[in-house]
Formats: sequence, C-alpha cells, structure tokens
Amino acid sequence: MSADPGQFTLTLLQAIVMGLLTGMVYGLMALGLSVIFGVMRVVNFAHGEMMVVGMYLAWLAFDQLGLDPLVSLPAVAAALFVFGYVLQRTVINPFIGLPEHMQFMLLLAVAILLVNACLAIFGPDTHGVQVDYMFDSFNIGPLVLDAVRVYAALAALVVAGLLWLFFTRTRAGKAIRAAADNHVGALVVGLDVRQLYAVTFGIGAACVGAAGALMLLIVQVHPFLAIDYTLLAFVIVIVGGLGSMSGALAGGLLIGVSEAVAGVLLQPSLKSVFSFGLLILVLLLRPQGLLARRS
Amino acid sequence: MTKTVWQRLTDGVPARALGALGLLAALLLAAPFLLRVMPAGDYWLSILILVVYFSYIGQAWNIMMGFAGQLSLGHALYLGLGGYVAAALYVNLGVGPWLGVFVAIAAAMLAGGLVGFLGFRFSLAGVYFALLTIAFAEFTRILFDHFKWVGGSGGLFLKVEADGSAFNLQGSPLLFYYVILALAAAVFVLCRWLLTSRLGYYWLAIREDPEAAQAAGINVLRTKLLAVLISAGLTAVGGVWSAFYYKNLFPESAFAMGRSIEVTLAPIIGGLGTLFGPIVGSALLVGLGDLFTTLAEYLANTWGIKAAGLKQIGYGVALLLIVMFRRDGVWPWLARHLGYDRRREEKP
Repeated sequence: MSADPGQFTLTLLQAIVMGLLTGMVYGLMALGLSVIFGVMRVVNFAHGEMMVVGMYLAWLAFDQLGLDPLVSLPAVAAALFVFGYVLQRTVINPFIGLPEHMQFMLLLAVAILLVNACLAIFGPDTHGVQVDYMFDSFNIGPLVLDAVRVYAALAALVVAGLLWLFFTRTRAGKAIRAAADNHVGALVVGLDVRQLYAVTFGIGAACVGAAGALMLLIVQVHPFLAIDYTLLAFVIVIVGGLGSMSGALAGGLLIGVSEAVAGVLLQPSLKSVFSFGLLILVLLLRPQGLLARRS
Repeated sequence: MTKTVWQRLTDGVPARALGALGLLAALLLAAPFLLRVMPAGDYWLSILILVVYFSYIGQAWNIMMGFAGQLSLGHALYLGLGGYVAAALYVNLGVGPWLGVFVAIAAAMLAGGLVGFLGFRFSLAGVYFALLTIAFAEFTRILFDHFKWVGGSGGLFLKVEADGSAFNLQGSPLLFYYVILALAAAVFVLCRWLLTSRLGYYWLAIREDPEAAQAAGINVLRTKLLAVLISAGLTAVGGVWSAFYYKNLFPESAFAMGRSIEVTLAPIIGGLGTLFGPIVGSALLVGLGDLFTTLAEYLANTWGIKAAGLKQIGYGVALLLIVMFRRDGVWPWLARHLGYDRRREEKP
C-alpha cells in the first residue's frame, strides 16, 4: 500500500466508484429475487443458477452470432421470462404457501438441474466476451471508469427503471402488487392470481437473466459461480429488505462498494467478510432490512 | 407411574416394527461379513459407510429442524469446526481423537450457542434464521482460510501412521464402519428418548406454534437453544469421524454451503421430524447417487456419451420428482404401506 495519503484516498475513491457500478448489476440481480419473494413469499434458492443461465445465453449469442451482451440482453431476458413463467406454472405453483423447507428442497433440485445442465452443455471451463470497448475508459477528474462497467451499470438502471414503470403504470403491474398486498382480496375482486404469480416469476427470472447478460461484460462465466451468486443475492436482499425493490438496488450498491473497499483495505480473498459481517449485523439489528418499512 | 427406560422407548411401537428394527440392526452388524463374499465388497462397504454417516448427521440436524422447527442451513459450521478442532489437536499437539472429540463437541456447542442465542434473542425465524446460519458458516470458512495454525487454505492433513490403531482412530474401513454405526444407533435411541421426554414435547409445541408454546409457559428461548446445542454437539462428532475417515480438511469444503445442504437432504427427503426419515432418506439418496454414477459410466463406455454433470442431472431429476410427489418425505408414505403407521394401530 502506498504511503502517500493522497494516493490512498484516490485508490479508495476509485474502488468505491467501481463498486457502485458493479453494485448496480448486483442490484438488478437481487431485484429479481426480491420481486419473487415480495409477491409469492417463495425464496428462490435457484437464483444464482438462473443468473448463470443468463450469462451462458449471452455468451452463446456472442459466440454464435457475434452479438454484444448489451444487444442480446432483451432476448436473454425474454428467454428467462418464458423459463420462469413455465417453471412457476408447472413446478413451483403447488408449493406456494407450503413450509419453507419444502420450497427450499424443490428449488434446490431445480438449482442442481440448472447448474449441471450448464456443466454438461458448456463444460467446466470459463467463457468470456471480448467487446470493442473492453479497454476503453472514461476519465472524470483523477478517476478512471471502465467503459464496460459504466455501460453495464447504465443498462441495469434502465432495466430497473422499466420494471418500476411496469409496477406503477400498467394494469398488470398494479394487479401483481395488489395480489402481493392481499392475496384473498385479489381473488375476491376477480384477479387471476395464478396467472399473475407465473408472470411475476417470469419477471424475476427476466431480471436476473438481464443481470447475467450484463455481468458477462465484467466477469467470465463458469457453472460453479451459481452458488456464490445465490448467496450474494440473499445477502443483498436481506441487507436492503426482503421484498423491497428500492432496498434490493440500494443493497446491491452497498454490497458492491463493500466488496470493492474490502479488496483495497484487506486482501481480495477476504472481501466477502465485509458482506457477511454486514448481513449478520443487519439480521440482528434490523431484520426487515435497511430500507424496508417496519411491518 | 414409573416406566423402565425400555418401556418408555418402545411405548406405542407396533411389535412388528420392533422386530423389523431388530432385524435391520442385525443385518447392519453383519453387513461387512456378508459383503465380503460379494464381488466388489469393499466398494459396497464404502457405500454403506456413506449411508450410515449421512443418516447420523441427518438425525442430528433433524433435532433442530424436525423436532424444534428451526431451519439450519449452516450445519457445515459444526461439522467443519468439530473436524478441525479434533484434527488440529491431534496433528499439532498430539492429543488423540477420543479425547479431542470432547473439545470438538464443546467448540461446536459454543458456536451453536452463539448462533442460536443471537438468532433467537433477536427473534429471527424461518428463512431469516436460516440465512444467519449460512452467514456464520461462510464467515468461519473465510476465517479458516487465513488461519495458519490449521493450515489455512492449504488444508490440514492427517498422516497415515505405522502405529495407527483404533486408539488414534486410524485403521481399516471396517473400524470406521463400526464407529459410525455405533454413533448412528446411539443417536437413534437418543432421539427416540428425547421425543418421549418433556423437552421433546416442548420442542414439538414450539415447532407447531411458538406463540402458543410461550403462552403455555414454555421458556422458548431456552428450549430452542437446547435443540441447537444438542444438534451442534452431535454434528461435531460426525465432523470428527469424517475428518479422520477422509484424513484431510480444507476450509473450502469443510465449511462449504454445499456440505450444509448435504446434511439437510436425507432428513427432508426421508421425512422431517421422523426417526426413520434420515435413515430411509440417506439410503435412498446415496443409492440414487451410486445408481446415476454407474449409469453415467455405462453411457460413457457403451455409447461414448461423455459429459460432466450427467450424473448430477439424473440425481436432480430424481430429487425433483421425490419432492414434488412425496412432499412430506418418503418414510411417512412407506410406513403407511408397511402398516407401521402408529395412528392406524391406535384406531379402534
């Protein structure tokens, strides 16, 4: 570490900005988990696996068609929407409202299937994309921002914004929120709750698929990333507040920054100590999350 | 009315079921000798060892989740801690495992007490408590990665010694088989005894309705803590056994989330809160795992179909089908079909 305090501050500031940019993508990933839990009270233990599926789809689009992940993102999100919709309709729906351990075991089986399907198809090696702007960067004062992270963060922001518009401006979005607030009430006023649940799971999956496509710009994909992303998504939504949309985004930023700062202050291998420490503190002191309302 | 221990343990159990249990015990005791005459007997013994091991730790986990209703997804913490304590004491200080196991139990109970106290004191339940247990296991994993006295991320190894004997838990698979079998039998009887005790009824009351239990005057915090302490201590013994059986420990695997999940599979698939659930679940899952390994080998050798992950895909499909169609686990359904269901016996 440099002895020059000015240099150290700059390194730290640089890490914080990088962490914020990666954190946006983390936030989008966690948003999917939060939406699914917020509406149907199902904890998606296969979330990281769905993220990895999204990463592989984006890689496939790049490898076969030469498409930039930013371009293939809508297609990847759409594919995961269909996957999530069908999965909810066929497998998950009967388990809504059942004890947590049953849902956990069900989604664990889904997770095992997804990660090993990826392993069987793509093998254990890592795959990444090489885009033209890979080594470009923006200079803001003394800070240097990687172009890939800036674009990924902006795209994540756009997707999150679209989702917010969907939930606040459209009939379907309002209906889903109504079903989340009051299940019986939604049934009474004639909403097709089963359909809404399937759409919600699809949206959650599309979110994490989009996050996967963006993440591929930043890291290389291999099947065993899945469980780490599942854990990361849990940490983020708990810190932000399970079921809260703004909480998931804020949690993503916070965890992104804490990982990056830990990488500077401690060894990179200790970076998740910060996030797990934060998780334990939040669980004990404010289990409803930093941003969620007290229920 | 005072009952003898035997009466208390067998109260309400159909005679047929007792007979079947005795037969199972005799079979398991004789198994190594029966397997010896079979082709690939050593291989089958190693499979049987896995079945008994997973049923033992499953039983220990079941005390916390099946009896007291507290979902732990971080039992690798107690397995890893138990293994590391006993192995480090032996490798670094020369303290034998039969003594070290008590230190291991104490260490795991201390960790379990901390997790349980914090979680229950701040009234975390369900998924939130489960995430706390994961967080502590992950935290410990990262700490042990940087804990040089036990080898850090490079791992801790138990050497095969020339004067190795049962006294320092070294020897043939036969020794490990009988040790884990004795442990599994002991924990089975202990669980039955716990279920017929006041504490067991308190646990069930809390599992079904914590608020009603509290209102009925049960000290919920203390009762739940006892479940964690007992479960953690028993799990640590399994961790010691596993460390000396496999002779190596790495933080990445000893405290892995995957190991915590492995612990939960047998009791949930077998039937949560039942005594036979962990045993049936473990036999089923280890059997399925072996079946799909053989199948993947067959595909590779006969048809030239080779792909990593095929075995686990088969396993995942089987797991998914069992969960979807036997939600309460395999044992309750099996027990009904075998006529061992106690409810049926009690009906006039």
